[in-house]
Amino acid sequence: MRVLGIETSCDETGVAIYDSAQNSVTHLLHSQIELHAKYGGVVPELASRDHIQKLLPLIKNLLVDNGLTPREIGGIAYTAGPGLVGALLVGSAIGRSLAWAWQVPAIGVHHMEGHLLAPMLEPFPPSFPFVALLVSGGHTQLVQVDTIGKYTMLGESIDDAAGEAFDKVAKLLGLGYPGGPAISKLAQQGNPDRFIFPRPMTQRPGLDFSFSGLKTYVLNTWKTHVQDEQTRADIAYAFEEAAIDTLMIKCRRALKQTQLKCLVIAGGVSANQRLRQHLTQLANELHVEVYYPRPEFCTDNGAMIAYAGYVRLKAGQSEALNFSVHPRWNMSLLS
Amino acid sequence: MNLLALDTSTEVCSCALYVSGEASSQHEIAPRQHAELILPMINNLLAEASLSPKQLDGIAFGKGPGSFTGLRIACGVVQGIAFGLDRPIIPISSLATLAQLAYIEFEWPHVAAAIDARMQEVYWGCYALDENHLMQLQEREQVCKPQAAMLPFSATWAGIGSGWQTYHEILSTTVGNMPIQQEKYPLASAMLPLAIDAFEKGQIVAPENALPTYLRNNVVQV
Repeated sequence: MRVLGIETSCDETGVAIYDSAQNSVTHLLHSQIELHAKYGGVVPELASRDHIQKLLPLIKNLLVDNGLTPREIGGIAYTAGPGLVGALLVGSAIGRSLAWAWQVPAIGVHHMEGHLLAPMLEPFPPSFPFVALLVSGGHTQLVQVDTIGKYTMLGESIDDAAGEAFDKVAKLLGLGYPGGPAISKLAQQGNPDRFIFPRPMTQRPGLDFSFSGLKTYVLNTWKTHVQDEQTRADIAYAFEEAAIDTLMIKCRRALKQTQLKCLVIAGGVSANQRLRQHLTQLANELHVEVYYPRPEFCTDNGAMIAYAGYVRLKAGQSEALNFSVHPRWNMSLLS
Repeated sequence: MNLLALDTSTEVCSCALYVSGEASSQHEIAPRQHAELILPMINNLLAEASLSPKQLDGIAFGKGPGSFTGLRIACGVVQGIAFGLDRPIIPISSLATLAQLAYIEFEWPHVAAAIDARMQEVYWGCYALDENHLMQLQEREQVCKPQAAMLPFSATWAGIGSGWQTYHEILSTTVGNMPIQQEKYPLASAMLPLAIDAFEKGQIVAPENALPTYLRNNVVQV
């Protein structure tokens, strides 16, 4: 079965076709990064306007590139949440109505389920159960995954997502958008010994995160020092280290608490090199296996939606004609 | 000729079907429920007419102006249907549809259509009846302060649409008193005559080129 996947929950327009017979996936992506860069963050209305212009041409190209006719598509999956309501509606409206016209089943997919199943598209996928750390511009979550559809939220950010913190810190340091790559690059020039920033919420038990206070700490440090290039780099270093160390501390706790031996990392921040270095150390130390999606499937993409949609369609699930989107959607409520 | 038309640019979700000279339609006042309603409505209309989707020749939609999200629901739905069936799209102004509705229901030949655009503005367009009983735009559609609304020429005008409800006093002061119908919305049934005419004239676009007309393009608050 071939499933067309559509992702429009935020600032990437992604389309893909997952072919279960080959366990292969082909995808196309249009990124809106440049559109939002000058505003230092995603402008929801501009995102929606861009999605409706770009999505159908992408689907068309994807079919043409792969020499596929509509008859060869057995189902359509689209991100139904969580995300920006207007952006979600574009993908859902086009995906659901196209499925109606083609007379194939359709399914609204949970964006974070897409992320945590993305490593299943790799040659050596993780096996259930595992702990997943989902880190992106919109989410920071630790999830216990017993099997597909059985998710227990272990902890999540009570304020800013980790990726959001990178973006905000980059903005206040006058760096580019998105903030993650900009901060990582600058941090390489940073002096590791000059600043040590706090690791929020690590002194008390629990697996929740908070990054808002860390951002404020960065702002105060920046304001009270000479604002030269070296200070900028030193702050970038200390911030990145604090953010990643915080994620590591919680991952370690989650693995100990669940007694699980497998860790999956997904979401845009999982492309961060320093995070991966720390994780390798953690894996060696705790004797656990760590799995990542390939870099292009760490960030938002249609492939993970096509795959998650295939899994759910195969299980007999589908969405009726009265489609709806869920800007906020608790993953533990899935089944 | 078989055409499907739909409009979700305002609080009303509506669709209409034209099958070889026979028209049928459905609508519902249902703010924020257009996604849930529109495809079942379309499916019902086709079933009642015993028409399969493949028998449609074209799909018309209310391209705006109106609620940004509503415009994209209609646009996304028609893009998906038209691409899936390999048929063209007929974009129709929601203000034109309102004006056509005013003619159909009240026989008004000169109509100032106004939709509340929020932020103390209206979407504004003036229409006049042509010899084929179709409303034609006079000058241009715009988003403006109600104080800046203008009529293109002097005639016996009438007003229609939610803009007249929200800004009745200001609009009356600006363009003068006239008969008005404020609780009227663009209905797909009223869009049909315009869509048939546009389709016959070849005023159609490929599915991926059908896009909303927002009129308000300054949407970023920095």
